[in-house]
Order: sequence, then structure tokens, then C-alpha cells
Amino acid sequence: MSKLHRKIYSYSFLVPAAIVYIIIFIVPTFLSFFFSLTRWTLSDWEYIGLDNFITFFKEPYLSIGFRNTFIYAVVTCGLKVVLGLLLGVLLTGALRIKNYLRSVVFFPTLVSTIAVGITFSVMMHPTTGLINETLSFFGIKGPDWLGNPSIALLSVAMVDVWKGVGFATVIYIAGIMSIPEQNYEALQIDGGGSWHKFWHIILPLSRPATNSVIILAFIGGLRSFDLIWAMTKGGPGFSTDVIASIIYKQYQAGFYGLSTAGNVILFLFVSLLAFPLSRFLTRKEVDL
Amino acid sequence: MSRKGRLLTIEIVSVALSIILFWVPLYFVILTALKNPQEAARMNLDWPTEIRLWQNIKEVFVFRDYMLVRAFWNSTLLTVLSIVVLTVVSSMAAFVMQRRQDKASPWISFFVLAGLIIPPAVVPTIWVLNGLGLFKTMTGLVLVEVALGFPFCVMLYRGFMGTIPKDIDEAAVVDGYGGYRLFFQIIFPLLKPVTSTIIVTQAVVIFNDFVNPLYFLPGSKNVTLQLTLYNFTSQFISKWNLLFTDILLITIPPLILFIFFNKRIVAGMVAGSVKG
Repeated sequence: MSKLHRKIYSYSFLVPAAIVYIIIFIVPTFLSFFFSLTRWTLSDWEYIGLDNFITFFKEPYLSIGFRNTFIYAVVTCGLKVVLGLLLGVLLTGALRIKNYLRSVVFFPTLVSTIAVGITFSVMMHPTTGLINETLSFFGIKGPDWLGNPSIALLSVAMVDVWKGVGFATVIYIAGIMSIPEQNYEALQIDGGGSWHKFWHIILPLSRPATNSVIILAFIGGLRSFDLIWAMTKGGPGFSTDVIASIIYKQYQAGFYGLSTAGNVILFLFVSLLAFPLSRFLTRKEVDL
Repeated sequence: MSRKGRLLTIEIVSVALSIILFWVPLYFVILTALKNPQEAARMNLDWPTEIRLWQNIKEVFVFRDYMLVRAFWNSTLLTVLSIVVLTVVSSMAAFVMQRRQDKASPWISFFVLAGLIIPPAVVPTIWVLNGLGLFKTMTGLVLVEVALGFPFCVMLYRGFMGTIPKDIDEAAVVDGYGGYRLFFQIIFPLLKPVTSTIIVTQAVVIFNDFVNPLYFLPGSKNVTLQLTLYNFTSQFISKWNLLFTDILLITIPPLILFIFFNKRIVAGMVAGSVKG
């Protein structure tokens, strides 16, 4: 059977996918390690050692990307976990309108990120924007959401959560629905309330869903580019620049080696944070 | 408060929140698309004095020599071609990856799953495409979408393939089927549920993709919908009505998918995330 096995399940099935995947994804990934060490014009390169990386750490308008990327990933991921869990509990409960709410929460994940970014940046306009107009109706002077460097990144992060929380919610709904019924029966016998039910059954038993949401949202947050680019282009100044937007800016400016160094840094950033995180989370899962 | 009263309170609060957070932004987009430039520039929720939706649509379409029409065509072409290639190559790969276990399997899995996490290296990819003569071509962009969507699709296909019993393969072999006939005539049709999930989720992802066309298909001749929208923000200054008409038009295809395939999309996202 094993010879037949090899003939039926021939590796030739992998060939079409492998050609595309290796040439377009794997090869450039390996090449990036080399080109990040060069001054590069696409037709010619000059080896310059770690200069690009040193520039990245030394220049404030580049190194701000580390801080911003990290903040953005932590804030969006944290809010998606908390809100996704709350919505997941709410939308698996007794509400009569849960189908309506599910659709409303989920629909933004399907809308173009650029469209969402433009719409919200218009609504966040400091004087004529809908948000501040409404606030001033109640006598509150709203901030310049995207123009104030100390809150611009958080404003974009809020829009990211608005758009992405539906995805987290859907994962939580699936996780909560797969909790076996007998757990709730045991609770009824012991006579616990709904808070007890949340804390002792839903929260620990939806742990796999939490892990998925954390890992996906965190990696997504580290890599995010299009929403930030549509809303602020990294500004004002460099206050909302993340590693991905710096890669694009350096590419546009023709600093291909520096841009690729940014790519390698993002690669290391994602690997160094995401792999240990997923290890840590899945180990805890086994402990339960 | 009674249990019923509490439920009603939660329902009222959540409907109110859904109106503020969801319907108001949507209403704002639609309303601005109906307005004339002066009224749209005020960015408020006042009802327009004249409804100009049809005229706005016409103006957006003819803008820059029917750029939006070209963009609709390019985005549709990109989405359809990428999905056709993706479903075929990933289902084939998943078939062997799920059925065959030997020394190479863990390595293959590792390299494929790494694609879910690792950010693609942009400029080296451009360099490779350029060397192949595929930079700034639709073919090149399709290949990029295939390479980047491949890990997710393989994961979905492999998960589903596990539920198809191997007995089927053995029976087919006894009947004299070879590997390719077995796959294309028997296995691939059985994968239909997951294929349709992949089609709708990837359609949304590729149709809405902004980053890859931005890097790999620059130039106004090949522009895609997301790029037109992005470029219009600088070209439609003080013409917010046209910008929002564009947003409205671009949101219609995902809306249609949502109305018809909501359950499939949700199923695909859950399956993909839980296994990953």
C-alpha cells in the first residue's frame, strides 16, 4: 500500500501552489534578510552591514514606529477581547433581537477599510465633524481627534476596534455555543446566578476562543497599515506612524534597503511577540 | 428589577447603541452621497434641499475618463482570477498534505502556516516580480493574492478533508482510479461546502484589499476600486458628495455578499481562526 500511497498522494499535487508560494512569498522573505543589509536601488546594491538597522533605532521619526506599533496592537487587541467577550455573552443570551445585533456588529468587518477610514476621519473633523458637533450640542468641547498628536493614534485604534470587533464577537459566539450543556445544568443544581455563570463557566470554558482572538487581533494589530494610512498617513508629524507605514514611506522615498530593514524588523517583532504569546496561551490552556 | 424588565432594558440600550454606532455613520454616508457639494461640505445630518444621487453617480463615473468603471472591472477581474487559482491550487495541496504523512510533512506544514503570521517582504517581492516581468501587471498581482491567501485556504481545506473517509480513496483505487482522477472527480466535488466558504471570504478580502494593489499594481491604468477611493480623497477636495457616492458604490458588493452568504462568511472565519 505504501508505494501505491505515494503514487496516489503524489507530491506533484503540491507543485502549482509551491511554485507560486515559494517564488512570491518564501524567496522574498529570505531575500529581505540580505537586502536589509544593503543600500539598494533595485538594479544595484552595496553592502553596508547593519547601518539600516542602526538608522532605524537612532532616528526618532523611525524608532517612534516601535512604540506606536506596540501601543496600537495592545490597545486594539485588548478592547477586542473585552468587547468581543461581552458581545459574545450578550448575543448568545436570551435577547429577542440578537439576530439583528449580530448582523449590525458583524457587517463592518466586510466593509472596505479605506471607506471606513475616510468616513470616520470626516466625522472626526475638529469643528464641523459629526462627533464634535454632537458633543458641542451637549456643551462639551470635543478634542481634535486626529490632529492632536497625543490622541490621534488612539482615535484610529478606536475605529479599528469598531471595524474589527465583529470578528472577535463571532469567534466568541462560536466558543460559547460549544460549551457543553451539562455545565449549565450543574450550575442550576448548585443555584448560581448569572454573574456566577459568567465567571465560573463561560469565562474559563471559552478560553480557546480568547486565545484565538488574542493571537489574531495582536498579530493583526502589529501588521496594520491601511486604516492608519487612510486616516492620518502617519501624521500629525510622525505621531501615528507604525512600522508598516514607515516601510511604505521609505519605499516611496526610494530607500529600498531601509524599507526592507523595516520589513525584517516587523518580521522579528511579530515573531518575537507572537510565537511566545501563542506558546504561553496554549500552555495555560493545557493547565486548565 | 424583574428578569423580564432587565432583559427589556438591555434590549433598549443595545438598540440605542446600535443606532448611534452603526446606523448614524451609515446614514451619514448615504445622506452625503445625496447632497450637492455645498451642503455636503457642512458634514452634517441635515436633509438635503435637492436629492442629487443620480447626478452624483454619473459624475463619479465619468470622472477622469471613466476611471471608476475601469476600477470596477479590474477589481472584479482580480477577485475572480485570484479565487479560481486559489481554490484549485490550495485544495490540491491540502489533499496531499492531509492524506500523506512522512518525514517532509511537518516541514511543509511549518512553512505554510508561517505564512499566516509573517508579514510579506514588500520590496524584495517587487524585485522578484520585476525580474519575472510581472511587476505592475494583473498577473503579478493575482499571483501575490494567491501566495498570501494560500495558507488560510489550505488550513480550511485540510480541516475539512479530515472528515472525508479514506475508504473512498481506497475504493477508487480498487476501481482503477489514479491520484488525479480520484481528486478531481471524487474528492473535489465533496469539498463543495468549504469551497463556497473560501470563495465568499476570499472575495471580501481580495475585493477590499488596498495594500497589495498599492504596492504591486501602481499606475492609473490598472487602478482598483480601493485605490480610486484612496486617490479620490485628494482629487475630490471640497467635493465630499462625490467621495461619499464612491464609498456607497464600493460598499454595495460586500453588502450583497453579506445579505446572501452571511452564515457562510461567519462559518469560514470561525473555522479559520479556531484552527489557526
